[in-house]
Parts: sequence; C-alpha cells; structure tokens
Amino acid sequence: MVKKVITGNYSLAYGCKLCRAEVVAAYPITPQTTVVEKLAEFVANNEMDTQYVKVESEHSAMAACISASLAGARTFTATSAHGLTLMHEVLIWASGSRTPIVMGNINRAMAPPWSVWADHLDSVAQRDTGWMQIYAETNQEVLDSIIQAYKISEDHDVLLPSMIMEDAFFLSHTTEAVDIPEQADVDAFLPPYDPPEKLDVDDPKGFCSLVMPDWYMEFRYLMYEAWNKAKKVIYDVVEEFEQKFGRNHGALLDNYRCDDADVVLIAAGTSAATAREVVDEYREQGKKVGLARMRFFRPFPADELRSLAKEVDSIGVLDRSFTFAHGGAFYTEVAGALYNSPSKPMLKNYIAGLGGRDITPATLRGLYDELLQMKENGPGQEIEWVDLKDGAPHGEVP
Amino acid sequence: MGKTTIPEEELMHPGHIACLGCGGGLAMRYMLKALGRRTIVSVPACCWAIMHGKHPSFALDVPLVNTAFEVTGASISGIRAALDAKGIKDVNVVGFAGDGGTVDIGIQALSGAVERNTDIFYVMYDNEAYMNTGIQRSGATPEGAWTTTTPVGTTGDWKKGPKKNMVEIMVAHDIPYTATVNVAFPEDFVKKIAKGKDIVGPKFYHAFAPCPTGWRHPPEHMVKIAKMAVDSNLFPLFEVEKGKYRITRKPKKKIPVKDYLRLQGRFRHLPEDVIEKIQRGADRNWELLLRKEEFTADF
Ligand SMILES: Cc1ncc(C[n+]2csc(CCOP(=O)(O)OP(=O)(O)O)c2C)c(N)n1
Ligand SMILES: [Mg+2]
Repeated sequence: MVKKVITGNYSLAYGCKLCRAEVVAAYPITPQTTVVEKLAEFVANNEMDTQYVKVESEHSAMAACISASLAGARTFTATSAHGLTLMHEVLIWASGSRTPIVMGNINRAMAPPWSVWADHLDSVAQRDTGWMQIYAETNQEVLDSIIQAYKISEDHDVLLPSMIMEDAFFLSHTTEAVDIPEQADVDAFLPPYDPPEKLDVDDPKGFCSLVMPDWYMEFRYLMYEAWNKAKKVIYDVVEEFEQKFGRNHGALLDNYRCDDADVVLIAAGTSAATAREVVDEYREQGKKVGLARMRFFRPFPADELRSLAKEVDSIGVLDRSFTFAHGGAFYTEVAGALYNSPSKPMLKNYIAGLGGRDITPATLRGLYDELLQMKENGPGQEIEWVDLKDGAPHGEVP
Repeated sequence: MGKTTIPEEELMHPGHIACLGCGGGLAMRYMLKALGRRTIVSVPACCWAIMHGKHPSFALDVPLVNTAFEVTGASISGIRAALDAKGIKDVNVVGFAGDGGTVDIGIQALSGAVERNTDIFYVMYDNEAYMNTGIQRSGATPEGAWTTTTPVGTTGDWKKGPKKNMVEIMVAHDIPYTATVNVAFPEDFVKKIAKGKDIVGPKFYHAFAPCPTGWRHPPEHMVKIAKMAVDSNLFPLFEVEKGKYRITRKPKKKIPVKDYLRLQGRFRHLPEDVIEKIQRGADRNWELLLRKEEFTADF
C-alpha cells in the first residue's frame, strides 16, 4: 500500500484505474476536469488498459457507457452539475437497462446564476433516476467508495448504477493523504465484471424492447426488489471491505456518537466532517449531540433513520440544496420515513452552504445550540435558511 | 431466372410488425444480409424500435439494443469500445436510425462518432419524416411535402426549403466511406454495405426508404416510387470513398420529377411553379454530382 497526497479528483481517477474500468467515456466540466485529464494521462502512459472514448457531450458519455456495459464491459465516467443534469434522460436509461456503471459526480451549484462551487442540487435532482448515491466526506472515502460501488452495483442481485459525490473544491481540489490499495488486493476483492446477459452474436437477443402495459410494471418491480436487496449487499460489501482494507466509512447512514445522543444533525458530504469536530467539542462539554451522515441517499436509509429516531429528542436536517418543495430533499424524505415510525423526534430543516458558501464550525455550533433547546422551545421556524446576508431575503441582492 | 449476388440467409424473420410496404423493413433486411450474423445493432426511438417486436417477441437473428432517440452515435461508440476492450475484432457494430434520429436530434452524437473515426456502420433509413410519432416533418422532409406539422392548410404551409444533405455533411467530416442506397436497388444496397466490411473507420449510408403510410401512396407502389426517386435524379445512387465520388447508377432515361411526385398524396397540393422549382433543384444537384465525380476522378 502506498500513501499519496492527492485531491478528491485524483482519488476518482486512481479508483477507476484500480478497478480496471475497461471503457471510460467522459466530457470535461469544471471542477471535474482533472479527473478526465488524469485518466487520459494513465491511458496515454499505458498505466491503464482502457478504451477511452472522448465523447462530444456528457449525454453521449452516459449513452456510450450504457451500450458498452450492455456489451459486457466495466465502465466509468465522471461529471458535475450541468453535465449530470444534461444526462438526466440517459441516467434513467442506465438503471432501467440494469447497467452497473460507476460515475463520479463533483457536486457543483446549478446556474443561473453561474457558480462552480459546492451545492448538492445537481445530484439531488437525480434522486429518482434509479442510481445509488454515495456522498463522500473525505478523499479516502472517494477512492474506497469506487471500489465498493463496483462490487455493489455488479452484484447480480443488484445490477444498478452508482454515483459517488464529492463536494466541489472542498474535496475535488483539496489534497489529503490517501492510502492507495495494492492492485492485487483490489483484484482479489473485485473480480472482473461478469454480466448475466450481454449483447452477444452467439446468443442474439433484443435489449430494452417495447413492453405493453401487461409487463411494464413487472420490470419496474424487479428494480424495486433489487433496491431492497441492495441494502443488504451494501452492508456485506462494507464489512468485507473493512476486513480486506481495514477501513469502514459506514454503510447507508454513518452514525457518529449517536448512541446516547439527545439531538442529532443529519448532513452529507464535507459539512459532515465539520460537524464531527463540533460534536467532539460539545461532547467534551458534556452536551449529548451526535451526527448522522447521509452516506447513501439512495438507497434511502429509512430503517436506519427509524432506529435513530428511537434514541433522540430532536433531529436537524441540513440540506446543501433547495428543491422548492416543503423544505429540502433530505428533510422531506427524513420526515417521510419517520411519519409512520412509533417514535417521532422533533424535526427542523436547515438550508445551508448553497453555491459553495462555507458551513463553518460557528454555523454548526449555532444549529446544535438550537437543537439542544428544541425540546423546551419547539422547532421555531420549520425551514430555516442559515447564514443569509443581513436584509435578505427581503432586502435587495446587488 | 438471373443469378443474384444477394446472400440467401435471412436474419430478419416474419413476426416483425412493419406496416405493409414499409421501405424501412427492407432496408434492415438487406443490411443484415450484407453484414451477416456477427453483427450488433443499436436502434434509437423510430419505427424500427417497434418493428422488431414487442417484448418478448424478437424478429431478428442478431443482438439488438434499443437506445434513446438522440444517442445512436454514442451507443455504437460504446459497443465498439467494449468489443475492443475484449479484443473482439470480427463483429460489425451498426447504428440503424431514422432520418429524424440522424439529421436532427442525433446529429451531434453521430458527428462525434465519425470525428473520432470510430469503426462502425451507420445506416440512416430515410422515410423523410418522423413517422413513428405520426408523420411530423423532419430536417430530411423534402421541399413541398405535406406532413402533420406542415399541414398545407389554406396558406400553402407545406415544407419549405431543401432537406439536409447528410452525405455531404459526412464528406465534410472526411469520412472514409459514405454512400446512398435505395431499397429498390437491393444488389447495389448489399454491395455497398458489404464493401464497408473492408474499410476501417466510420461508414455512413443514406438509405432511401419510402413510407406508404406517411407518403400517402398504396403499399404496392413502394418499390416503384423508390426506383423513380433514382430515375428522376432526386435521389442519385453514388458513393464517396476517401473524398472520391462515384455515381453507381446513371439513369438511361431521366424521368420528370412530376411523375414521381404525383404518385404520392403528400405532394398532391403542389402548384406548377413549385414542381418546376423542385425539378430545377434536382437538375442542379445532378449536374453538381457529375462534376464532383469528374473533379475527384483521379483522387
Ligand atoms: C428525446 C425524445 N424526443 C422525442 C421522442 C419522440 N419520438 C420517438 S420516435 C420519433 C420520430 C422518429 O423519426 P425518425 O428518426 O425519422 O424515424 P421513423 O419514426 O420515421 O422511422 C420521435 C419524435 C423521443 N422518443 N425522444
Ligand atoms: Mg423518419
């Protein structure tokens, strides 16, 4: 094992290389560009035995990955924001055709106004496309998640694609010491992709053909079953990964100091790393706070949330995106999962850090302080936009 | 009976659900005869997405993947890349798409695949409109045609302007091989497709494929009308190999475009002056093609 000081984007590239992706099809977009550049370098230097299709758009990148995967190849792509949302139609095509594509997505804000900084709307807006979604907290987790994701996605009980998210710049362009596993260990963990069906001239079949109303629902139900099975596969893979590589980033919901907590904050991505610091600080002061990191937003950790709800009085849900619903997407889904649960803690939604605005320890201390008071004071304003400038939203934005 | 050069093996079987007299059906049949079993086909949204049969029926003897409307060029790039990754060299990869899926919504993905010099076949079966969705105009609908979105009405609102010249767009990509083919000329059709097997890189075919349903003519006139498109010089048969033009059929007796137009309900409304304009266009394009052939003769 080697330790390298690398960015999150290089973690994606090294992860793709270690997993021996046979076909890469990708298109550049800030802040993902260094992923496609690094992969090009690997291929040009013969460090990677890969067919690299330098497509003319993200839409074509995903379409090429789908067809390559149906032809039996392990495929990879990476994108961000406008690239991901351009793919929308073909993302649904990918899951429907049961292709275990793995993709890196650098979470970047959607324009207008133009912004290249961290925000989760791009991937949150793809939550209904049938892709598994992992939100990484560190560069190490980015790399490890790729290896895990191929293993989960390619499991014949699952056969669904995965996207791994990293926050723009906070991970994509920030270096960290990352353990790069030995190739032989990854090979032993992740055997070559062996699809149950593929485009094969010796066994000609039609793929993705028209179905009438008498069968369409059954195809979707098969996917629903795969989702349910995926949860167990995720736990198994996470455990096997820990045995092999000695690291565990959590499974669906990554609980930190939640066991005897009174209040918990739910967050995803790099803001969870900041929240960990604040939790430690508050724990030292005897305050019973915890963090539940949404590692997988898909499949959704409903059971894990219901178990958590049994233990705590109040839950704050931090959304780094806004979806123009009754609160952010994480919030509405957490609330939905808890509605039929026997224990219903108080819930509050915090919208924070949009467009790359820092979510600082001071900000998170404020949220925890409020959560600690909530049992006495009630949740106050249910959906709160955190750290808005003075005067906004009623004042004028220059 | 004369001897034919067309392979006898059928890879398209009864059970397909094409309309009576569908030119697109013949285009697939001849294409598969030319390429044989070791062929993978990608089909976007178009009539052919339905024609091979609804699940679980399947009328072809080659593997086929249905893809989204605009992605054919990318899909075949992906299949080729996967086969290359596996070291499989002897399988033909074909994108088989309609005119709308090619000249309009899919032109970007096709352009990318050709620019990357991907080793693929791309067959555009041209029925000159979006037929699967019910006869709406496409960028390949010819001047003067009625469609449901160029409905003539009381104002003469038929399709205005010429159709996109896809073969020239391919030539502008410096494509190794491109050709026109026509279901009324199966030997020429099969020969040109088979020729592509010896050419590495992208091969683009513009396949003329009348649609009785959309063109408003009896199904039994399909082959006759397809032949008249060639004999009137509206759809010349030629190929362009590394920039060199070769006309593969020079009609002995040119027929007026009027004879071709008047067999089809979609041109019924056309006044004389528009028919004359279409005639002038056909004459001009034919003259241009002859000169290109002459000009590139020693390429
Ligand atoms: C993104 C998208 N837009 C629109 C459609 C609807 N659609 C399906 S087939 C088709 C027309 C296809 O026309 P063409 O490519 O000429 O093939 P044809 O039906 O004539 O065989 C359209 C508009 C679609 N499937 N996808
Ligand atoms: Mg058409």
